[in-house]
Amino acid sequence: MQIEEKFEPTIVAFCCNWCSYAGADLSGTNRLQYPANVKIIRVPCSCRVNPMFILRAFQRGADGVIICGCHPGDCHYTTGNYYARRRMTLLFSMLDFLGIERERTRLEWVSAAEGAKFAATMNDFVATVTKLGKNRRLEDLRCNK
Amino acid sequence: MEQKHLREDILRISGVNPRKCMKCGKCTGTCPSYDEMEFHPHQFVYMVESGDIQPLMESKGLYKCLTCFACVERCPRQVEPAKLIEAVRLSVIRQQGQNHLKPDQIPAMLDEDLPQQAIVSAMRKYAK
Amino acid sequence: MQRIGVFVCWCGSNIAATVDVKAVAEALGKEPGVVYFEDYQYMCSEEGQNKIKAAIRDYKLTGAVVCSCSPRMHENTFRKAAAAAGINSFMVEIANIREQCSWIHKDMQSATEKAIILGRAAIAKVHLNAPLTAGESPVTKRALVIGGGIAGIQTALDIADAGFEVDIVEKKPTIGGKMSQIDKTFPTLDCAACILTPKMVDVAQNEKIRIFSFSEVDSVKGFVGNFNVSIRRKARYVDEVKCTGCGLCTEKCPQKKVPNEFNLGLDQRRAIYIPFAQAVPKVATIDPDYCTMLKTGKCGVCSKVCAVGAIDYKQKDTIVEEQYGAIVVATGYNPIELTKYDEFAYSQSPDVITSMEFERITNAAGPTGGVLLRPSDGEHPHKIVFVQCVGSREDGGGCGKTYCSKICCMYTAKHAMLTREKYPDTEVYVFYIDVRTPGKNFDEFYRRAVEEYGVHYIKGMVGKVSPENGKLMVRASDLIEGKQLTIDADLVVLAAAIEPDKSARPLATMLTASMDTNDFFTEAHPKLRPVESPTAGIFLSGCCQGPKDIPETVAQASACAAKVIGLLAKDSLTCNACVAHSEEMLCNGCSSCEKVCPYGAITYQEKEFRMPDRTTKMRRVASVNPAVCQGCGACTVACPSGAMDLHGFSNRQIMAEVDAICK
Repeated sequence: MQIEEKFEPTIVAFCCNWCSYAGADLSGTNRLQYPANVKIIRVPCSCRVNPMFILRAFQRGADGVIICGCHPGDCHYTTGNYYARRRMTLLFSMLDFLGIERERTRLEWVSAAEGAKFAATMNDFVATVTKLGKNRRLEDLRCNK
Repeated sequence: MEQKHLREDILRISGVNPRKCMKCGKCTGTCPSYDEMEFHPHQFVYMVESGDIQPLMESKGLYKCLTCFACVERCPRQVEPAKLIEAVRLSVIRQQGQNHLKPDQIPAMLDEDLPQQAIVSAMRKYAK
Repeated sequence: MQRIGVFVCWCGSNIAATVDVKAVAEALGKEPGVVYFEDYQYMCSEEGQNKIKAAIRDYKLTGAVVCSCSPRMHENTFRKAAAAAGINSFMVEIANIREQCSWIHKDMQSATEKAIILGRAAIAKVHLNAPLTAGESPVTKRALVIGGGIAGIQTALDIADAGFEVDIVEKKPTIGGKMSQIDKTFPTLDCAACILTPKMVDVAQNEKIRIFSFSEVDSVKGFVGNFNVSIRRKARYVDEVKCTGCGLCTEKCPQKKVPNEFNLGLDQRRAIYIPFAQAVPKVATIDPDYCTMLKTGKCGVCSKVCAVGAIDYKQKDTIVEEQYGAIVVATGYNPIELTKYDEFAYSQSPDVITSMEFERITNAAGPTGGVLLRPSDGEHPHKIVFVQCVGSREDGGGCGKTYCSKICCMYTAKHAMLTREKYPDTEVYVFYIDVRTPGKNFDEFYRRAVEEYGVHYIKGMVGKVSPENGKLMVRASDLIEGKQLTIDADLVVLAAAIEPDKSARPLATMLTASMDTNDFFTEAHPKLRPVESPTAGIFLSGCCQGPKDIPETVAQASACAAKVIGLLAKDSLTCNACVAHSEEMLCNGCSSCEKVCPYGAITYQEKEFRMPDRTTKMRRVASVNPAVCQGCGACTVACPSGAMDLHGFSNRQIMAEVDAICK
């Protein structure tokens, strides 16, 4: 009998430099634990996240993608997170249509003061994605070679 | 519990959010039936919000509101007190078995000139 | 191929306790392009930095990855070290293995694995890094102040005080703004003209300040440090240089029936006029809507009486082009129109007036010479009702405003107090919803109106005002006593809400400065940068940013001047290096990027391109002004053809990071 290995999802998190990346740093400073599955990519603003990046992540075998930005109205660049919200609303529903479950993608507002929220969000997101299992849709197996 | 239920009913019927009220009293300042009513438009808003609805339902002045909508027209925060008063009236009407006739009340009300038919039809209408 | 060095920091035990730093360094050393790896206890220390510098020199590194704490902490430290060793500072990337790895994980194995992946992502990014240089742009050492009210005056004086040239553009014939119309100021009750007019004279006499009165801003181009502004000097039909302001023409002009806007239409002026005695510049202006000469060509009285020959009926609008380093917006406010408030009978009775009209009536230089008289019959009013919050704090549609206008409580208390002081036989009622008096000596002032002067403050809003037999019947509720009142008043004064000047919205579009839904300019940060607009080089002074009283306006005006001086004191500005840029061969000129840019950094140019068939073609392509771009990247995603990209966070770099993480 084969013992099934515990599934460890790959999670890509895009964090805006001004709020969410600082929030992630704060959860580190406060030693708030969240799973090592989450790898953060720093972007200047949530509006820098091109839908292409998310598709690429799923193509390369990511199991979940989360985008964190400043709270509405708090964007360092005034309006960036509103653009992100509109774009991601469309992209996420398209991904849902393609069979990538809605729970695998998330847009979250995390301010620079919300270290606890960042950790809680990541814990929740990793748990959700772990439950869903490996993402097979969009994954390009040729990439693994 | 009953009161809370009542409050939600009234808010649902009227579509009014009494929390928008900033207690300026313009509704009351503008009300033409002010002297006739024991509770005034701003009090309706406040008392519904605090769930103190029974006294409003029992007040005689409830029916003195002309529904002229002067308060609705002039309210700076679009609270619409007249709609709230209307909703309180409706909830009085909608109370089942509360203010309807009971058989033992009838003899006292009987009038020689009252046609028998009217009594029977009243019983049919209200005795439920 | 880059030659990359990897430097893994222990951060004492902060990283080394949960991450096997040696393993990380060795694993990353096997990555393609990595020619050197090292781990050290404190990379950020002098010794650590020297190690990086030495490695860059000895191994001819072209890029470096430092696995350490957050880039928000020491990115600059390592970039400076790299620059000192002779490579471009933007060739350094940080892998955050402390805040985002060692501090949040307990399991050594998974933390080490994650640290390796984060390092790989940073290496992948460095492979695609290109040297960047932050541009510099010169600063024109002159400021423009738009609006010549007390805010604009104070800002201009403070900037000029620091030795910089300032121009004031004022659309009215004189500077002075709303404050020149006010009688007394709360809470000290000193006369507004006595404190304002000396400042106006200071402005006129200051060699560093130029006043463009009766002028408007026509267009604004350029960016922080280098604004090109064209100012339209409207024709006033009087030569500003020749006119001495003697006022003879304004006395002889036969057209006497022009509503006097300075007194809010309460009396009349001539077709040629000087708004008020202390006007700056003291120059006459002809009102073309009423001047008989300009309308029919038959009159010319003013030109006959003018001893210096200053009248010029053929004057035309002229455009002045100027360069500025900074622009201050001080466009101020106006009371809202009250014609829609039928219940207060403002348009039905001349005895229902606004507070501004009340100011003019009580002003010694006003239409009644400072005697409180009703506009309808010139009688002394014995009962005055003040209504507060007219149009303020409203919800939903209509002409009301959702915000509190802030100044009404205090000026109403002032009006009530002054009335009771001058005319003790007058009964004064103030209907209020809340009395809001936060401010130095403000509440004391309000209490004085009640306690010493016996002003009747009644909690409740006026429901209706109806003119009846020469009286104004005011129906209102007294919420505290619980009764409905009817007062037969002689005069009703409405404290109208204030709104930003109508010219603010088109101006904001010209400046690409952002506004809120109420047309107030938004500040760069509501708490920490309250006098700057998010658009670099645009500063906010006075009521254009939100309702304010005079002391607050002056404080903000001076704060604004300090920020402007800080900018003008620099010889050049260092720009952000991580800015967007457009690949002209890919750009199809669709304007998608221009629309999403919050800073107006993107413009379009017609450029000539050589086509493959050796012909040339004119194409419309986007170009980014690196001095204005703040590097948010909104345009890069909006671009349908992929022509826009962001230096330092390019599409390829971020995708390389994604690939490294997902591998």
